[in-house]
Amino acid sequence: MLSVENLTKTYRTGDKALSDVSFTVPAGQVVGLIGPSGAGKSTLIRCVNRLVEPSSGSVRLNDVDVTRLGARDLRRARRRIGMIFQEYALVERLTVMENVLSGRLGYVPFWRSFTRRFPPQDIQRAFALLDRVGLSAHADKRADALSGGQRQRVGIARALEQEPELLLIDEPTASLDPRTSRQIMRLITEICRESGLPAIINIHDVVLAQQFTDRIIGLQSGRVVFDGAPSALTDDVLTRIYGAEDWKAMHKAAA
Amino acid sequence: MSHPTTWRRPPQIVKSRFWRIALSLGALVYLTLALQSVDVNWTRVAEGMERGQRFIAGFLTPDFTTRWRDISQGLVESLTMTLTSTVAGIALSIPVGIGAARNIAPRWLHAICRSIIAVSRSLQEIIVAIFFVALFGFGAFAGFLTLTFATIGFIGKLLADDIEEIDAKQAEAIRATGASWWQLINYGVQPQVMPRLIGLSLYRLDINFRESAVIGIVGAGGIGGTLDTSLSRYEYGSAGAILLIIIAIVMASEYASSRMRGWLK
Amino acid sequence: MNWQHRTPRARLALWGFWFATVALFVWCWGLMTERTMWVFVQDAPRAAADIGSRAWPPRWSYMEQLWQPLWDTLNIATLGTLLGVVMAVPLAFLAASNTTPSRLVLRPAALLLIVASRSINSLIWALLLVSILGPGLLAGIIAIAFRSVGFVGKLLYEAIEETDVRQIEAVTATGAGPAQVLHYAIVPQVLPTFLGISVFRWDINIRESAILGLVGAGGLGMQLQASLNVLAWPQVLMICIVILGTVIASEWVSGKVRRALI
Repeated sequence: MLSVENLTKTYRTGDKALSDVSFTVPAGQVVGLIGPSGAGKSTLIRCVNRLVEPSSGSVRLNDVDVTRLGARDLRRARRRIGMIFQEYALVERLTVMENVLSGRLGYVPFWRSFTRRFPPQDIQRAFALLDRVGLSAHADKRADALSGGQRQRVGIARALEQEPELLLIDEPTASLDPRTSRQIMRLITEICRESGLPAIINIHDVVLAQQFTDRIIGLQSGRVVFDGAPSALTDDVLTRIYGAEDWKAMHKAAA
Repeated sequence: MSHPTTWRRPPQIVKSRFWRIALSLGALVYLTLALQSVDVNWTRVAEGMERGQRFIAGFLTPDFTTRWRDISQGLVESLTMTLTSTVAGIALSIPVGIGAARNIAPRWLHAICRSIIAVSRSLQEIIVAIFFVALFGFGAFAGFLTLTFATIGFIGKLLADDIEEIDAKQAEAIRATGASWWQLINYGVQPQVMPRLIGLSLYRLDINFRESAVIGIVGAGGIGGTLDTSLSRYEYGSAGAILLIIIAIVMASEYASSRMRGWLK
Repeated sequence: MNWQHRTPRARLALWGFWFATVALFVWCWGLMTERTMWVFVQDAPRAAADIGSRAWPPRWSYMEQLWQPLWDTLNIATLGTLLGVVMAVPLAFLAASNTTPSRLVLRPAALLLIVASRSINSLIWALLLVSILGPGLLAGIIAIAFRSVGFVGKLLYEAIEETDVRQIEAVTATGAGPAQVLHYAIVPQVLPTFLGISVFRWDINIRESAILGLVGAGGLGMQLQASLNVLAWPQVLMICIVILGTVIASEWVSGKVRRALI
């Protein structure tokens, strides 16, 4: 379970990215985080694993306050939080297998990662995950030789290789075509349901969010302005989050 | 369903196993042979350590005054040589560069200019300086010729490559107006390569100063000769002072030229 | 109405610039040639013809005595490059703003070392080291190494600073330690650049090591100096041919290797 309390982030420039954000995510729930560009979605999920240092407030993952950890304990906490990125963020010049295995870096000592001698069960899990995302044939290819959708699958496998207790997903479909986007969203939600994994998906596409998530949080200039079921996302709410627009056209196009 | 529990990273650069082993063995053999060829006279090195300390001391307490006349003379020669050779070199490299560009020069001219550039680039400054000193006598004039010659190869090549890469459409549009060859250069080519040429010139000014500090060692004038003299007399204080001056000027000119290039963009 | 390419002020500035350049050139020319002996200059064409006639044909048999110095030159360049690269890598990581452990102390210190190494030509390094260590290959190797540190260090730290932050962020997010982030996110990104820079520097070092002998640091340059001292022009020409051949060969090799790396 993840609980975020009164999270605030003010950048050094004085811009307030998040103010007083609170919510909890129970096990197995897939949360869609929506909001206009610059609303603080990306900052919010990066505050959870402290890639961005929050200014105040707390982030608790299974009763560990992530915001109070020292460097070593933070790494221990991070290895339990899988993250999937917008533009895949694979290490382009490493092989697919090395990218997946890099999910174990928090678990193995430096000499093992340096010599690429990961424990047998880690390698077995990596192969199983590649199989699960449909890329077993590509293990030895370099990451930059894959297509966008394939790269995102590697990104998913890397996050799952961490044996995470939480998934943070930053715009997983922003650089993909509509069909691949839906496949990736389906894959992510399936995996989360299979293993009861909670996830926060920061997503641009409202229609995709409504279709694939259990709950939606709407963010507007760093504040939570909506928190509820996808079905409760009415045109009024959308206007509250994004500003005035003719939402009927969007629904019609989606239908 | 079971998955493998071992995985080996596939080789990235040399794919064949035979060649990987052969290359590593070859490298190993070469390294042992090469290291053996370095025979070090340790007693001489031990003596040298003491001299090294004196040099570092000289570098930390540089002596600008004792040899100031020699130093300033060398410095003036170096700086004037740098400036005149850069200006003359660029003036000469523009026609050479234009002549060496395949897309605007006739074939025979292209061949001649490219060979001038090739000769200038493959002969080191030092060797050229030795010959010019032999021909023109010791002093800054030989240095000036050396640096001018090197500048022609450097700027000429980059300029020619630049012209070859210009947007053919712009040049074509000018040609379509019925412009002569000179007008084509003036309107179709010059505006496209001018900013790069200015940047390159500043960069070359920088290089020429560094080189001017070296060619003095073979008698072509400049601060290098002064440095050589002070080192051969073991006057480490003066040598330290000269090195500090060189470093300071190089740093200042690098900073200035990067500033100017940024400003010109 | 008259169309004008530039505003009057800009034209004035341009003319001013040209005038200043010409004036500066003339003034510098005067200073520089103050001590030039014009007799020698006028005599140059005759001297050139004289040297040319005496240098031709090159003394091909001299090659027998050049194999050893050629081997030395190759070794100076290769060992010097290796030594320089070994020193440059840690310096580059200290100097890159995204990997340096201390911005206030170590980064400026590393940058200073890089700049100092870059501003001093390898021939000057050799001059110093021969004066300290005595003549021989060792001085040459260290001179080449000292000059290479700055070159490789500068290009490498710039490459490190240009690495993709998203890849670094992704590896950090898995809970990797600093050494692992370095090894998994930064090294793969800069490795091809690094190898390319090293081979490029090796190519330059072959050129430079060929002449280091002029100040006593071993290799072909030493033979060149010896031949110049006795005005043995056919030998000088022969050495120049060998140097030229070596330079062309090394350029070819480095071009091949760099293309294979990309």
